[in-house]
Amino acid sequence: MSGPLSAIRFNVNGKNQTISVPPMKRLLDVLREDLHLTGTKEGCGEGECGSCSVRMNGELVNSCLVPVLQADKAEIETVEGLACDGVLHPLQQAFLQRGGAQCGICTPGMLMAAKHLLAHNPHPNLAEIREGLAGNLCRCTGFMRIFESVLSAATSQETHAR
Amino acid sequence: MLCLNPYGDWLSPTMSTHAKNRIVGASFPRKEGVDKLRGTALYVDDIQREGMWHGGTVRSSVPRAMIRSIGFDRKIDWSQFIVVTAADIPGENRIQMIVADQPCLADGQVNHCEEPILLIAHPDKHKVREAVNAVHIEYEPLPPVFTIEESEKQQTIVWGADNCFKSFLLEKGDVNSAWPQAAHVIEREYRTGAQEHLYIENNGVIAEYTDEDGLTVRGSLQCPFYVHKSLLTVFNLPPEKVRVIQTETGGAFGGKEDYPSVIASHAGLLAMKSGHPVKIVYDRIEDLAATTKRHPSRVRHRTAIDADGKLLAMDIQIDTDGGAYSTLSSTVLSRATLHSPGPYVCPNVRVTSHAWATNSVPYGAFRGFGAPQTIFAVERHMDEIAAAIGIDPVELRRRNFLHQGDTTATEQLMREPVVLDKLLDRALEESGYGEKRARFAKENATSAIKHGMGIAAFYHGSGFTGSGERYLNSLAGIDVTDGKVRVLVSSTEFGQGTNTVLTQIAAETLHLDYDDVTMAPPDTRIVPNSGPTVASRTAMVIGRLIERASSQLIMTLREQAGLPELFSREQFFAACVGLRAKTGEVVSLCRYEAPPGIYWDDQKYRGEAYPAYGWAVHIAQVAVDTTSYSAEVEEFWSVQEAGRILNPVLAAGQVEGGIAQGIGYALYEKVVMQNGRMANNQMTNYIMPTAEDVPPIHVFWEEVPFEHGGFGAKGIGELPHDGPAPAILNAIKDATGVCFSTIPLLPEDLFAKLHVVRKIEEHATV
Repeated sequence: MSGPLSAIRFNVNGKNQTISVPPMKRLLDVLREDLHLTGTKEGCGEGECGSCSVRMNGELVNSCLVPVLQADKAEIETVEGLACDGVLHPLQQAFLQRGGAQCGICTPGMLMAAKHLLAHNPHPNLAEIREGLAGNLCRCTGFMRIFESVLSAATSQETHAR
Repeated sequence: MLCLNPYGDWLSPTMSTHAKNRIVGASFPRKEGVDKLRGTALYVDDIQREGMWHGGTVRSSVPRAMIRSIGFDRKIDWSQFIVVTAADIPGENRIQMIVADQPCLADGQVNHCEEPILLIAHPDKHKVREAVNAVHIEYEPLPPVFTIEESEKQQTIVWGADNCFKSFLLEKGDVNSAWPQAAHVIEREYRTGAQEHLYIENNGVIAEYTDEDGLTVRGSLQCPFYVHKSLLTVFNLPPEKVRVIQTETGGAFGGKEDYPSVIASHAGLLAMKSGHPVKIVYDRIEDLAATTKRHPSRVRHRTAIDADGKLLAMDIQIDTDGGAYSTLSSTVLSRATLHSPGPYVCPNVRVTSHAWATNSVPYGAFRGFGAPQTIFAVERHMDEIAAAIGIDPVELRRRNFLHQGDTTATEQLMREPVVLDKLLDRALEESGYGEKRARFAKENATSAIKHGMGIAAFYHGSGFTGSGERYLNSLAGIDVTDGKVRVLVSSTEFGQGTNTVLTQIAAETLHLDYDDVTMAPPDTRIVPNSGPTVASRTAMVIGRLIERASSQLIMTLREQAGLPELFSREQFFAACVGLRAKTGEVVSLCRYEAPPGIYWDDQKYRGEAYPAYGWAVHIAQVAVDTTSYSAEVEEFWSVQEAGRILNPVLAAGQVEGGIAQGIGYALYEKVVMQNGRMANNQMTNYIMPTAEDVPPIHVFWEEVPFEHGGFGAKGIGELPHDGPAPAILNAIKDATGVCFSTIPLLPEDLFAKLHVVRKIEEHATV
């Protein structure tokens, strides 16, 4: 992609960044190519599969549909920001224990969607989990173990909070 | 370091029934799980190589034609690009599959839409796209063939002498002698559509070439040595000059069994000509349009039944659409043929099957490999028979089930216990089948939403068909370096759990901890050829080789390095150091040995079709809304016997994922073809089940360890895809009283038939 560049200032996983990129470059490509955060994946390029899900200013977005221009001054959270000082996030731990990840390609997006769900609804029931993850396609698991993982992480988060 | 307590709270509740093992049978976490969860696992598109360029493919826009001319738009400065045509191929212009009929690049003629004609590379991937669109090809059209019906007429010949890739005749007894004795003869036809794998990671590779090192390909693939073999021919290189490395693979389901040989050749040609590493990663639109899918099928059953509801004769005709080149159509047809009579005893069976050429994108391997097509037909047909002769579909199945001591259609003696009755009983009990069927029958009379229960019973042969495992002659084993055991296999991980179960088997056999064992990189320069990762063979066949290789290493360490009878892990690794000092290496490899008494006649198609079978009973509960014409699976039960379960969480994940794909196959996933091209090649309009569509799936096991499988394992990966479609359509029949015999079954299909039935009913009541 060529043309004039724009300076984009944003905070990614708690770190302030300023980069010079074409303003219409997809946030997904900026994360992967400019910031080398390749945990965020492309599955369809048209906002259907949710593999590229990240959180932007607390909202869940498909980063393949966001021109980086819109991310100026935003706070971005990606899968790389989940584990803290090498300790897995309760969601990552739950997915690991309960078989929530198989091939792993949808997993980063699925984790971000799950984190978003729990941020708004710390104790979701099964129907709310299904709805919260409906924009993220997984072809391996049949979703059962993903639901279990999210339920279990919600419970363990509660334990942690106490 | 990660602060992980990986064996936390979930070991005990999920322990397998065989408590004597510490590691096998327990739900250890996925070996590569932490990398996948942290986003640090490297898939092919995550990898950059120094000086890397990007490749693209110019494809045919027509189904069948001679290429008249290739024009390059002058608005592009072509000197900046590398362009590869068939003329640049140093070896043979052929992809090596079973028959080498598929060109690497079209040379003068195209036989399907999206057939690769020309390759383009440039440092900037956006410029590649522009350049691909700036190549203009003129064609001289040839008459195409699009359907099984057109192909089998053999009026337009598009492949070989007769359009037929392969045919089989399987005969037991004499079907013709049975018709006069039959109390009932039931004849029906069933059809299945194509299905897209829809792995979330598209096909992709990176190729590098130097004269000294030869060709190296990294990519998303199932079978490193298949790609290796294919590249040898295309590049005319000796085996040591071709290296294939599997990168983390984001789903495959058979879709990365044969196609990677094509894309790897393409990237290799561009790398060789440009002198740069070249990455080709398809976007979703290209992957959907240009790569393989499940074979569409038409299956006809004619069945003779006696007055007691026993099968007297099954005459089955199978026809599949193989697309433009043969790829794996012959072996898919073979598995389709061998699974077509279902898990039943029948004295007289005749199966005639054909795989036909059409001018569609070649169809290829997909989980189940022909079995889901013919199991759909036979299990739908069992319900049709039950309805026609007025007995319960459960009872009809029970009266005809295979048991230990019976023989199959290939006259394979069932030596091992067959526990179908037990699976059926459990499925009926867990689902509340009888009570629900009776209740739904009453409620449906007055409700616009009709509920129903449907059943399917089936087997899936584990491992390669017939003599296949003997031909593969797999080699696998372990080595010990730097205080770690490494598993040496070309068997790959793409979500199923290869890494985890093989390391569990090695750790268990060697009396080590799970963390003491790792996987060697899936690199043809490092690992031996343990065959392809397909056919539900890894846990059973390769697992057994790892078990044997591990036992063999202990023997060697005892004999040559003084390892005591009972030993600690420290003593084990100390003995390994001792053995290395003595012999220079610590490696133990084992080669496949067929279980004794296995016999298969390729000519007569008779004998032990598979070394072992997985068995299952599926029950679906559906709701059909007769106002909106939508069908929904409300709940699903799956009871199976697949030998010893090595890792309960992973195994259940396989079953649940397979069932979800099977639900998609039945009710959602339609490949719409227009003039030989997929018209809905986007995730927007090729619809797979989402988190809101998949019902609760209940999974139950019976464990009958298989003597010759890794710690008693049989195959599990494909079995769960076989049953959902017939169970669901049987449930829809139960709910509506209307018989559907084609999948996918979309609301418009339901409307077409239910609407007519309703009109007739309304008419009758006037």
